[in-house]
Amino acid sequence: MSIRTLSRSLFRPSGGIDQSPLVENKGLVETLERRLFLRQGLSLGALTLLTGCDISNNNGVQAMLQGMSHWNDRVQAWLFDPTKLAPTFSEAQVLKPPRFNAFYDIKEVKPIDMATWRLEVGGLAKDKRSWTLERINALPKVSQITRHVCVEGWDYIGKWSGVSLRRFLQTIEADLTAKYVAFKCADDYSGSIDMATALHPQTQLTTDYADEPIGDPYGFPLRLRAATKLGFKMPKWITSIEITNEYPGGYWEDRDYNWFSGL
Amino acid sequence: MIEKSVPDKVLVHPGIVRVTHWLNAVAILIMVGSGWRIYNNVPIFSFVQFPLWATLGGDPDLTYARNSDVGFSNALLWHLAGMWLFVVNGLVYLSYALLSGRLFRKMLPIRLRDLVKTISDTSRLRLAHDDLTVYNAVQKLLYLGVIAAMILAVISGLSLWKPVQFQILITVSQGFQGARLVHFMCMSAIVLFLVVHVALALLVPQTLGAMITGRIRKPALHSGGVRR
Repeated sequence: MSIRTLSRSLFRPSGGIDQSPLVENKGLVETLERRLFLRQGLSLGALTLLTGCDISNNNGVQAMLQGMSHWNDRVQAWLFDPTKLAPTFSEAQVLKPPRFNAFYDIKEVKPIDMATWRLEVGGLAKDKRSWTLERINALPKVSQITRHVCVEGWDYIGKWSGVSLRRFLQTIEADLTAKYVAFKCADDYSGSIDMATALHPQTQLTTDYADEPIGDPYGFPLRLRAATKLGFKMPKWITSIEITNEYPGGYWEDRDYNWFSGL
Repeated sequence: MIEKSVPDKVLVHPGIVRVTHWLNAVAILIMVGSGWRIYNNVPIFSFVQFPLWATLGGDPDLTYARNSDVGFSNALLWHLAGMWLFVVNGLVYLSYALLSGRLFRKMLPIRLRDLVKTISDTSRLRLAHDDLTVYNAVQKLLYLGVIAAMILAVISGLSLWKPVQFQILITVSQGFQGARLVHFMCMSAIVLFLVVHVALALLVPQTLGAMITGRIRKPALHSGGVRR
């Protein structure tokens, strides 16, 4: 902020002003100025609240918002009913092909080389052998026609088929009392969900969409599908699963998006 | 709280009403500002977009530099934090207004005859504000209407936040986009109310003072005395 200097006024006495009262009442003048400063400070605060543009980048405000987001994680975990199923729909309502979404454009999708692709298993599981797509497909298949909801506000009905994540975690003898299941992807995306959601009947490792192998732009060969989570909580082009008690975060979760993001 | 009696002034708004009113004003600014930023990301109507300066969610360039997101996630953080202030404060007010009977005393009854009279008086620029301790029929209707809009905003918001846990609400509003539309309509009603409410408060500044100090000068006797 620049300080404006007073221009010479016609009404100012040429001989200067008697400064003695100021000196005599120095203490009083200072308290007055302090009050004025306080009041201006307050109205400045109120002004930033109105525009909102700067307040969001204030560190204290950021800390408060993050604190509320952690509180919301806890409230959502408490609200989550592990037996409550998401509504299901008819085959006729299924959107074909599904809607593409990633943190980059569809033209930048790099199809997975199936000669080298493996699903790695890490963390709190007894069987850490890696998986080929053939081995995953040999497990019993489940299907769901549910609503996909994006954090941005759009939604569509889709049909996803694959292995129940609960069944998969049991197969690898994972510690089902662990807190998190974390995913890493071929496109450097990552994500993590709570164990309660991982064990929900409508959470699956998806290999098919609308009865066809899921296409390259939509996560081939393996993506997560959880009918009780927002879209960004379901990583695509998955390359590894880890069961852990240490908070793993995720691509968007590390960029201020709420971690739990349950529906 | 002890309210000291001031001889020529009468208490119209008790402390709890004033505190919840101003906290609600802050909550509404947060919810509407951040809601507009969230809406802009995927608009319901292509011809309705809110100007960036009126939205809450941080300067897009600064936010992008910090977390490669232009303030959409920040607006969501604001919205999901602000909802607690909005709901908890709203519940405190509603509990007080219902239990004390203030809501019924001040807002009811709304008679059609009074409604017609107030509208015809106002249209002839005869704003009857000689007694600020009672609300006219239009005020009653608007205040009850905006309270209803705020309650519906919370219910539709809850259905958008938790469409599986509260799936009955999504079914009622014909799907997720239907719930978004209901939420948007509630916001529109609240903002329209806000425009009229602020304009009238500035037009009759004594009402603004009353919501700060709680008191107004005793109305003259010819207007029917002190009715509460």
